[in-house]
Amino acid sequence: MRIALAAAALLAPVPLHAASVDAPTPTNWPAIAMFAAFALFTLGITRWAARRTRSAADFYTAGGGITGFQNGLAIAGDYMSAASFLGISAQIFSDGYDGLIYSIGFLVGWPIILFLMAERLRNLGRFTFADVASFRFAQAPVRVFAAVSTLVVVLFYLIAQMVGAGQLIRLLFGIDYALAVTIVGALMTLYVLFGGMTATTWVQIIKAVLLLGSASFMAVMVLAPFGFSPEALFARAVDVKTGLAAAAGAAPEAAAAAGRAIMAPGGFIRDPISAISFGMALMFGTAGLPHILMRFFTVPDARAARSSVLWATGWIGYFYLLTFIIGFGAIVLVASEPAYLDPAGGLRGGANMAAIHLAQAIGGDLFLGFISAVAFATILAVVAGLTLSGASAVGHDLYATVVKRGTATSAQELKVSRRTVLVLAVVAILLGIAFEQQNVAFMVSLAFAIAASGNFPVLLMALLWPGATTRGVVAGGSVGLVLALVLTILSPAVWVAVLGFADPVFPYSSPAIFSVPIAFATIWIVSRLDRSPRAAVDRGGYAAQRVRAETGRGASGAQAH
Amino acid sequence: MMAAMQGEGAAEPDIEAIARDPRYIALVRRRSRFTWGLSAVMLVGYFGFILAVAFAKPLLARPIAAGGVTSWGIAIGFGVILLAIVLTGIYVRRANRDFDLVAADLARDFAA
Repeated sequence: MRIALAAAALLAPVPLHAASVDAPTPTNWPAIAMFAAFALFTLGITRWAARRTRSAADFYTAGGGITGFQNGLAIAGDYMSAASFLGISAQIFSDGYDGLIYSIGFLVGWPIILFLMAERLRNLGRFTFADVASFRFAQAPVRVFAAVSTLVVVLFYLIAQMVGAGQLIRLLFGIDYALAVTIVGALMTLYVLFGGMTATTWVQIIKAVLLLGSASFMAVMVLAPFGFSPEALFARAVDVKTGLAAAAGAAPEAAAAAGRAIMAPGGFIRDPISAISFGMALMFGTAGLPHILMRFFTVPDARAARSSVLWATGWIGYFYLLTFIIGFGAIVLVASEPAYLDPAGGLRGGANMAAIHLAQAIGGDLFLGFISAVAFATILAVVAGLTLSGASAVGHDLYATVVKRGTATSAQELKVSRRTVLVLAVVAILLGIAFEQQNVAFMVSLAFAIAASGNFPVLLMALLWPGATTRGVVAGGSVGLVLALVLTILSPAVWVAVLGFADPVFPYSSPAIFSVPIAFATIWIVSRLDRSPRAAVDRGGYAAQRVRAETGRGASGAQAH
Repeated sequence: MMAAMQGEGAAEPDIEAIARDPRYIALVRRRSRFTWGLSAVMLVGYFGFILAVAFAKPLLARPIAAGGVTSWGIAIGFGVILLAIVLTGIYVRRANRDFDLVAADLARDFAA
């Protein structure tokens, strides 16, 4: 159970332990100056982007004119949250190898997206994944499901990011929590409201370059003293961990075992079901995240969609290799350095500060400020993508398609989406402040679980199974969504850690191993039993949908300017 | 524009003709075999890794070189990351050089 909690905590974008540290951080001026430079530069881009954002297509997809390479970087920028950087390097810092297991889970969804979905999404859809999920089905029910599911995923993800942002920024910059949350919300609103997808894309690209660049620099600086030999770095880390265990009073043999333990998997072994379930949520959840799927509509054609996944997979994979080196670098340079430790022997500022302290150890205060600014930028890029995705679900799926039945003008649709951005921003700021003292560790893993159990089965069956019907996908998707939600509430991360009950009703860290197959089975059974007139239309539409999906015939092209 | 996006209503004659074209049928079959094959490799690789983590810890903990510390687990973990990147690369290469040509052929023959 402890393992399950740790697993959920790791997905949080936040140094959770920071919440308990109330010692005020002195205001960090170099970091604030560098972040201000980033904010000014990206606002300049937003101004430029605002002039190019006239139609709904510009707003949702940057007019479809992003190249595969740019989109690959933007996807990486959208996907690599502060959780990946701080959480995983911290996990490696404390447990060594186990952090790698998470990294791999975050990566392996990408090939699946490429093989089964990316090109078909691009060929069939225009603005949202609901375009694709509802392609041959009755529009209203499928769109309503997709919009609800999108908003639920976006909201949980957004709250987790906001709380994380507030805690991280208070810690790194020494500014007030509520102020930090408001700054994040305000900047995000400016990017999305005025610059739409164009500004969001460039914020994500710049953030990805900054994050990859600084992580590369850190890895090089960590490896250089060891002659770029990972073996030498790992050996030194094992020595450090052995020394720490011995200093804590372990017998020499036990200390040596504790040192070697960072080279092998640890806590996962006790609960294989959780390990597999968690793996499923990460892998299939990635393929169901609405703000990620939306990025495939920003490129001109299927070929560019394909190359963007290759670039994204390459950058994200490279990034996780770097975090592994960075985590071990922190063991070597931070773990035995009293300046970075609190009196109890923990990391100053909380467990997730390993990479931040390492930045100071290798690059001094200036690089510390730079890394802090990059962490801030990272959060902004992720929340901007999330907000845009939520706005498109309301403006495009609910308003233009369900309420107006396709008769809304581009200007009307845009107006609704922009109002949604404002509403989402206010809600995110308020909930971010309301949840300050709450344990939000479960929220990102919940977002992944819902995406894996709701969106992913619906999308896959809509694309690949001729027999799927409107009733089938709506029923299956809803069952998956509700099951993922309920089982997560009954799981240790919420039932015990948030609600305070002694024992969880549902003992595993992720519901995916149950909710994903049940969602698929529900789609299959309900579709099979569906004898409605609509079901015949749904099944009859498959062949034509398949032709369009496979050949790109009739796909929406890039918008001319 | 929305009407053209959606599968409702009668399919265009072109679409039906493409659906019957032997080149299209062969393309769908080959691509689907290829993508499911690659997906299977990724699924087996990843869940094999997870199962090894759950059930074969001593194997993963064993150092690669006698006297060294770098474990098989690290090599295998990095291997899964590389596998993900290499599989996407293999797919992109084949799609660019093979599948796209067939699709372009069809597009030319059935130009509106």
